[in-house]
Amino acid sequence: MRNAFSEELTVLAGKDKRIVLLSGDIGNRLFDRYKELYPDRFYNCGVAEGNMVSLAAGLALCGMRPVTYTITPFNTARCYEQIRVDVAFHRLPVIIVGVGSGLSYAELGPTHHSFDDIALMRVLPDMAILCPSDSLEVKAALRAALNYNGPLYIRLGKKGEPVIHREVPDLVIGKAIIIKPGMEVSILSTGNMLPVAMDVAEDLEKRSISTEVVSFHTVKPLDVDLLKHCFSNRRIVVSLEEHSIHGGLGSAIAEWMAMTQNKGAFLSIGIADSFFKKAGKQGFARSYYGIDKEGIIKRILNLI
Amino acid sequence: MNIEGLSLIAKKVRGKIIEMSHKTGAAHLGSALSCVDILVALYWDVLNIDPQNPKNPERDRFILSKGHAVSALYATLAFRGFYPVEDLELYAKDGGLLAEHPLPESIPGLEVATGSLGHGLSIGAGMALASKIKKENYRVYVLISDGECNEGTTWEAALFASARRLDNLVVIIDYNKWQATGRSKEIMALEPLDRKWDSFGWNTHIGDGHNMDEMTHILKNIPDGSGRPVAIVAHTIKGKGVSFMEDDNNWHYRIPSRDEVIMALKELGLI
Repeated sequence: MRNAFSEELTVLAGKDKRIVLLSGDIGNRLFDRYKELYPDRFYNCGVAEGNMVSLAAGLALCGMRPVTYTITPFNTARCYEQIRVDVAFHRLPVIIVGVGSGLSYAELGPTHHSFDDIALMRVLPDMAILCPSDSLEVKAALRAALNYNGPLYIRLGKKGEPVIHREVPDLVIGKAIIIKPGMEVSILSTGNMLPVAMDVAEDLEKRSISTEVVSFHTVKPLDVDLLKHCFSNRRIVVSLEEHSIHGGLGSAIAEWMAMTQNKGAFLSIGIADSFFKKAGKQGFARSYYGIDKEGIIKRILNLI
Repeated sequence: MNIEGLSLIAKKVRGKIIEMSHKTGAAHLGSALSCVDILVALYWDVLNIDPQNPKNPERDRFILSKGHAVSALYATLAFRGFYPVEDLELYAKDGGLLAEHPLPESIPGLEVATGSLGHGLSIGAGMALASKIKKENYRVYVLISDGECNEGTTWEAALFASARRLDNLVVIIDYNKWQATGRSKEIMALEPLDRKWDSFGWNTHIGDGHNMDEMTHILKNIPDGSGRPVAIVAHTIKGKGVSFMEDDNNWHYRIPSRDEVIMALKELGLI
């Protein structure tokens, strides 16, 4: 995903002279092409994320379109107050990009995990949240983000994830993308869980359970039309995210259900309320939390 | 404007913010009084601004990073003609736009909403950087408190601006020697403050923050040819202008009574 992000931003920066890329001292070589083409619109802000975010706000106040980029916890939790006051409160078009989200950097330990970033961003008024599912959706998300006139958070994985889309999709903020049709179960997957959702659906189909898979790329604003449709027409609706079960997509849907009296069988699958205090890579961490293919199938079958 | 004219305006601003504090019960009067002379010097003699065209893209930017002193900025902007002085009656009133810490897009001339300390210099650095990228010539002035030098982000911004040689960026430290609950140099190791800014790569000046001639002289000459951002350690007195408030940190939170307002206005020569 991060390579796609860099490639697409390089293309877009050629078209839009307002784009300024700010990096928190990461992405070694990742932005070489961008830096070569637009040396006056790339700034390594050092390991000083609070300053980077406020700096972005200052740039946006003067008509630029800044994009801040660093590892998710450092670009969200670390500088949260700067995002809250300088970006969100002023409703500025700053794009905040977190890389290595969820368990992507599981092996680097809890300082580098982010199960809370969607929750943190979701409570900020006017903050849009995009969690693209693969490298092609990353490109689409970035294009949409630059046409959005307000604060926006993009949640990226790492690199080398499976690609589900065949081409760069048309991505409209707040309108989820149906990847695979199905009638009985609807899996609403956000971000990098989409490949797992596809595997789960394939397995369920073999068990004669017709399963729809949706890339629910926008966590805020919620696609309530699609939610209404799913809860009216499916036996079970499942939300799937590499994020805490508190405060993420599942919570957003549960809140929407409670506030709108929409009813139905709903399963929120995500990371249990805990730190991951073990060594191990993303695959292991997912199975530990039961958000791998087998764990997810088990929970869906239990509900059926 | 000549120094007598500026002094008279500063007295009027002081009188107004003392009345505003009394009427609304809003705190931070001492902090507001300490920066009045700097604000008047900036808005009448330094900044390239037009009250009739407050959004001119080429204007100089001013950020009051010590947002708790915003009553001083509200009064300055009103007397400078950005909006009617009568509108100051709305200060801190229910439903109004003149909050005790500024709101974004609330009144003409106000660039940034502040109130959480340590944000303004980074935002100012972003504005100064935008000026460089767009090859425009505006300058950015940021007024911070000495207490704000506690905040790590102030120093992050200082390092960034220096590395990027943002010579169109100025930080003015309103060095009134107090923060909310004590002496600023005792709570944190603030001294030697000028040498800190100098060692961070800023062309650093030391001056009397109540001497408008001196302030104007330094503030006008930006960029100053040094190729570095400019820091001014402006020695000030908290509560400046009213003898019974000067250097008394109780006025960080205290609200003046009616009698105290009258005494203050008499001392300022306004009644």
